[in-house]
Amino acid sequence: MGVPVRRFDAVIVGGGGAGLRAALQLSEAGLKTAVLSKVFPTRSHTVAAQGGISASLGNVQEDHWQWHMYDTVKGSDWLGDQDAIEFMCRTAPDAVVELEHFGMPFDRLENGKIYQRPFGGHTQHNGKTPVQRACAAADRTGHAMLHTLYQRNVRANTQFFVEWMALDLIRDAEGDVVGVTALEMETGEIYVLHAKAVLFATGGAGRIYAASTNAFINTGDGLGMCVRAGLPLEDMEFWQFHPTGVAGAGVLITEGVRGEGGILLNANGERFMERYAPNLKDLAPRDFVSRSMELEVLEGRGCGPHKDHVLLKLDHLGPDIINQRLPGIREIAIKFAGVDPIKEPIPVIPTCHYMMGGIPTNYRGEVVAPKGDDPEVRVNGFYAAGECACASVHGANRLGTNSLLDLVVFGKSAGDSMIKYIREEMPTWKDLPADAADRSLARVARLDGQTGGEEVADVRAAMQRTVQSRAGVFRNDANLKLGVDEIAQVADRARLLQIKDKSKVFNTARVEALELENLVEVAVATLVAAEARKESRGAHAHDDYPKRDDDNWMKHSLFFGSDRSLRYKPVHTKPLSVDYIPPKERTF
Amino acid sequence: MKKMRFSIYRYNPETDAKPYMQDYEVEIGPKDIKLLDVLTKLKAMDDTLSFRRSCREGICGSDGMNINGKNGLACLTDVASLSEPVALRPLPGLPIVRDLIVDMTQFFKQYHSIKPYVVNNTPAPERERLQSPEDRKELDGLYECILCACCSTSCPSFWWNPDKFVGPAGLLAAYRFIADTRDEITSERLDNLEDPYRLFRCHTIMNCVDVCPKHLNPTRAIGKIKDLMVKRAV
Repeated sequence: MGVPVRRFDAVIVGGGGAGLRAALQLSEAGLKTAVLSKVFPTRSHTVAAQGGISASLGNVQEDHWQWHMYDTVKGSDWLGDQDAIEFMCRTAPDAVVELEHFGMPFDRLENGKIYQRPFGGHTQHNGKTPVQRACAAADRTGHAMLHTLYQRNVRANTQFFVEWMALDLIRDAEGDVVGVTALEMETGEIYVLHAKAVLFATGGAGRIYAASTNAFINTGDGLGMCVRAGLPLEDMEFWQFHPTGVAGAGVLITEGVRGEGGILLNANGERFMERYAPNLKDLAPRDFVSRSMELEVLEGRGCGPHKDHVLLKLDHLGPDIINQRLPGIREIAIKFAGVDPIKEPIPVIPTCHYMMGGIPTNYRGEVVAPKGDDPEVRVNGFYAAGECACASVHGANRLGTNSLLDLVVFGKSAGDSMIKYIREEMPTWKDLPADAADRSLARVARLDGQTGGEEVADVRAAMQRTVQSRAGVFRNDANLKLGVDEIAQVADRARLLQIKDKSKVFNTARVEALELENLVEVAVATLVAAEARKESRGAHAHDDYPKRDDDNWMKHSLFFGSDRSLRYKPVHTKPLSVDYIPPKERTF
Repeated sequence: MKKMRFSIYRYNPETDAKPYMQDYEVEIGPKDIKLLDVLTKLKAMDDTLSFRRSCREGICGSDGMNINGKNGLACLTDVASLSEPVALRPLPGLPIVRDLIVDMTQFFKQYHSIKPYVVNNTPAPERERLQSPEDRKELDGLYECILCACCSTSCPSFWWNPDKFVGPAGLLAAYRFIADTRDEITSERLDNLEDPYRLFRCHTIMNCVDVCPKHLNPTRAIGKIKDLMVKRAV
């Protein structure tokens, strides 16, 4: 086939925080780098992060990276890999200072240092008292960070391929990654991008749920590409429900609201988190708060005519704090909940927000997969960072503000690993396989040829209904088993997707169909992995197995799409320089 | 259920000799609150209808369009506030790729032309550069821009000279870096704008202020740049 080939040292798929941070590293090293993004980079979903980025700067109170590490391990419910967690928390202060030097407009304290606010699960002395660790730019920290990283890339002359959607990963006969295929949306043309190293920074896939804080573009494209290329996905049963999505609309209200002093109330006007988490109260980690909220609703103490949500009260903070620290939230509440939080509480419900699982990597950003007896053999030429990757720093539950940190820390470390790999191991390009573009061409040709098949909107709705109802905040055996069957049917229907628009120029119907194929891979992985895990850990709360079971289940799941099978690999219990943090009961 | 009428600009360069307005009638359910909700519904009915969208909460800047004659974001526009038939057109003044999708190359070129990044050649300290809360406050109302282009594409000066006039979005960004105490090249930035077109084509028509979905004020920022130019001239 005459598919045009373009050649680069490195190809980065995704122009959000992780992709842009990695791009900066590669561009400044003088490597020929292409950054592909489905949307103009500043439209990537990093832009929607609100509350902050964590680092133990200690600008307000005493803080240490070891405390940050402890909180992250405990937050992860001991599923996080302690080497990766140490790496992230130890690097955090430098990563945040670097962003400041790049020009990020952080809020400031009176002494001119970066402003830090309290956040869920952030503590001093390993869980004793809350600490102000979240470095913030009002409640637009993600926007400030993403624009700053984009701006820095403009300065570095990074080459962007805007509105290009990667379609498939290209691996050669040895399994090494040698490039990607991609669709230029404006022309409808398909290209092969030949590279010495490929980074996936494709973000999350929250759109598998019916109610999600995620953008339309969060369709798990990197994960779909991995499954089709025979690579596993790790810990896909763990999805974070953010406690405060606007009821009905799904739009995010930052945990920073509670960091600034906001509280959750049930129908009786009771601050119920005092009952569930006597120490951290409303600032317990997200999985914990979401379950508590759900229990309040299940036990009949929900608010509103349908008793289906709780209230987030912040009027007691006063207009000054709200306008200065939470202006975006006020705007969102007025626009999407119809209430002005200066006067009234915001109706909120736990809403799907973040994918803890993803493409298995180590803390250097290298993608790893089992080979023989070794569960973690490097896949040559392949890297992943950010929400699409599973390093795993978030384990079974991510702490708020660790996501933005993850993006810059692992974006940079993946970039460094790629530079080293390209310079030391890749004097020239490996050959492209003869069939490099075949899978992508076949997918697009099938869509162009299909008539009388399944409507994209219908299949997407069926998938979202299934995942929402079978893999929610609380799970049980019977429901998960049904979910596995139902999602298999959805996957069958997804093979017959049809679009009426057969044109080439900016065909968004085609893009949505290709995205849905990726989402369905993620949804299948989620249900299969969730059904198999017979314990409760972090965000995976199982009614039939309500306790964490470290003897049998302190291990990462690996999902393989070819036969929908699971394998497991051990959690990394050896940090890089400090002592192992052994499992404890998780109370707050 | 209430029905609403829409009239939407359609153009597919592969099949259409020229653009036309297509009428749609759609039932508005209880969940169809924002214009983007309705567009998503229309897309499920007619998958050839093309528009950009992503975050659906007014922070990514993808879904700027001309709504009943005024630029705005579909995701922040209440359907109930619109008079019928609701006329939807692409952002004015930019080349049209297809339907409501415009080619934003010129818009971003102008944004890039103002060096949209902090330049500070003093060796960086170990820790953060200090900035007082008052100095940081100078950036409020500037850094929040989402590059949706609603402002620049509502500006007659930008329509006439998109290649020469930086436009409200780019000039707002220019002042964002001038106002940043960490940036060291104010005078170079002013030189870069001292030109009959780049800055001075702004005739304070203030359409930009009127349409900005983030309630920013590019005209005020432009005025401040002009003040600085006057100040350094005397």
